[in-house]
Amino acid sequence: MSVTYCPSFSFRRIGAMVLRHWYLLRSSWPRLFELMYWPMVQMFMWGFLQLGVARQTGTFVAATATFLAAFFLWDVLFRGQLGFSMSFLEEMWARNLANLMITPLRPIEFVLSLMAMSVIRLMVGFLPVTIVAIWFFGFNLWGLGVALAIFFANLFLTAWAVGMLCSGLVLRNGMGAEGLAWSLMFILLPLACVYYPVTTLPVWVQPVACALPPTAVFEGMRALVLEQTFRPDLMAWAFGLNVLWFAAGAFSFFWLLRGAREVGSLISVGE
Amino acid sequence: MKDRTTLPAIEASRLLKRYGDSAAVNAISFAVGTGSITGLLGGNGAGKTTTIGMIMGLVAPTSGSVKVFGADMAREPYRSLYRMNFESPYVDLPHRLTVRENLKVFGLLYGLDNIADRIARLADVLDLTEFLDRAAGKISAGQKTRVALAKALINEPDLLVLDEPTASLDPDTADWIRGHLERYRAEKNATILLASHNMYEVERLCDRVIMMKRGNIVDDGAPESLIARYGRQNLEEVFLDIARARRQPKLEKDAAE
Repeated sequence: MSVTYCPSFSFRRIGAMVLRHWYLLRSSWPRLFELMYWPMVQMFMWGFLQLGVARQTGTFVAATATFLAAFFLWDVLFRGQLGFSMSFLEEMWARNLANLMITPLRPIEFVLSLMAMSVIRLMVGFLPVTIVAIWFFGFNLWGLGVALAIFFANLFLTAWAVGMLCSGLVLRNGMGAEGLAWSLMFILLPLACVYYPVTTLPVWVQPVACALPPTAVFEGMRALVLEQTFRPDLMAWAFGLNVLWFAAGAFSFFWLLRGAREVGSLISVGE
Repeated sequence: MKDRTTLPAIEASRLLKRYGDSAAVNAISFAVGTGSITGLLGGNGAGKTTTIGMIMGLVAPTSGSVKVFGADMAREPYRSLYRMNFESPYVDLPHRLTVRENLKVFGLLYGLDNIADRIARLADVLDLTEFLDRAAGKISAGQKTRVALAKALINEPDLLVLDEPTASLDPDTADWIRGHLERYRAEKNATILLASHNMYEVERLCDRVIMMKRGNIVDDGAPESLIARYGRQNLEEVFLDIARARRQPKLEKDAAE
């Protein structure tokens, strides 16, 4: 019965971690409710704002639809990162991290399971909200088609990069760094031009905005919604930046994990 | 039961861990023989938890090395981790998952086949059946300890590291746990490293005791030989002699044995 072989990479171990978090979600209706609650509230807020603006200014529906599309894509970015970080924090809150770190679970498998959970957690909340948006505001996000999948892929890469950085900081510095998981992404909100074009920013800030992968995604979304034009150049730029961001996020996570072993924080989880 | 030592399951060599200017573990060396039960004793701040952390690969040594079944735990921990497990009252299992779900997840992480059978057997041996489908956070302290032990035994480890396995348990449950550990060692020829503040427990279970104080190993030997050397009635008195530096071993030659 005892284990005699241990592969260096195992999808089964990744599946075990996904199962662990699925059990957790399934066991707690408040957790499931919370995944839908804020996206639903925000969708209604932006949807009614869109309607109000359209009625008062006579703006084209397509122009105002950018609000809802921008909200949805921002939600993918923010909740993608939050799903990654929350799944990680669940291990810290449960004081289960040391149990995991002494199993054959490799850090890369742990990270991949957190990525999978970020997708699952996002979709649990996101799918119902997008369906309600069709019914309530006549806005069909899924109508963006293949482009939407490319937007999603780019946004998830950024979300995971930031999630890895946040989780690494908590590993190295303890739960005192927990607040970063909730707040770090918001620094991108004004700079990534979620609700307005890059040209709205002061000229000297624009290069900073252009170095952020989500900026290209939101620009690409506006081009698609307003001009029905898919911009592969913007997506390629976003993907190139994301490769760098993802590499930096992964490096920071593994470097901070190594630091956590050096300062002994894996056996003293807490403040 | 004694002298089971063959190849060392654990081999620490000049193992040093510094936090800033202070040495939590000060260049200690020891070996733990396969199939033995070894107690790691010392007061608070003696360096036991840091030593265990380095053995489990959770803490990186500042210098020196610790090998488990020949694998350096700082460089290649995954060569041995699948043969080890750990239990401590200070490390929890996720409270919202049921006992069965927790054991299933860890069974998968250790790559077990027939996990349901393994859980059923552990439930039978450790008397978990009645609360297998209850949330791990809603069971009593004694039940939690048995579940933690089930988690630690899920992969039938060759090395079991236990940090105060009977802390906060009533005497009946604690005695029951000790009996199970003795049986497990006897059946599997497993190596057990035990950190405990319960001297009765250490006397009953351990073939050998390593005494630590302020990061150093200050004495090492079989419980009965330590008791004899210090001229005491039991291990608790020896522990107090060492902790308070109030009595030295009787004979130098005994100390060398």
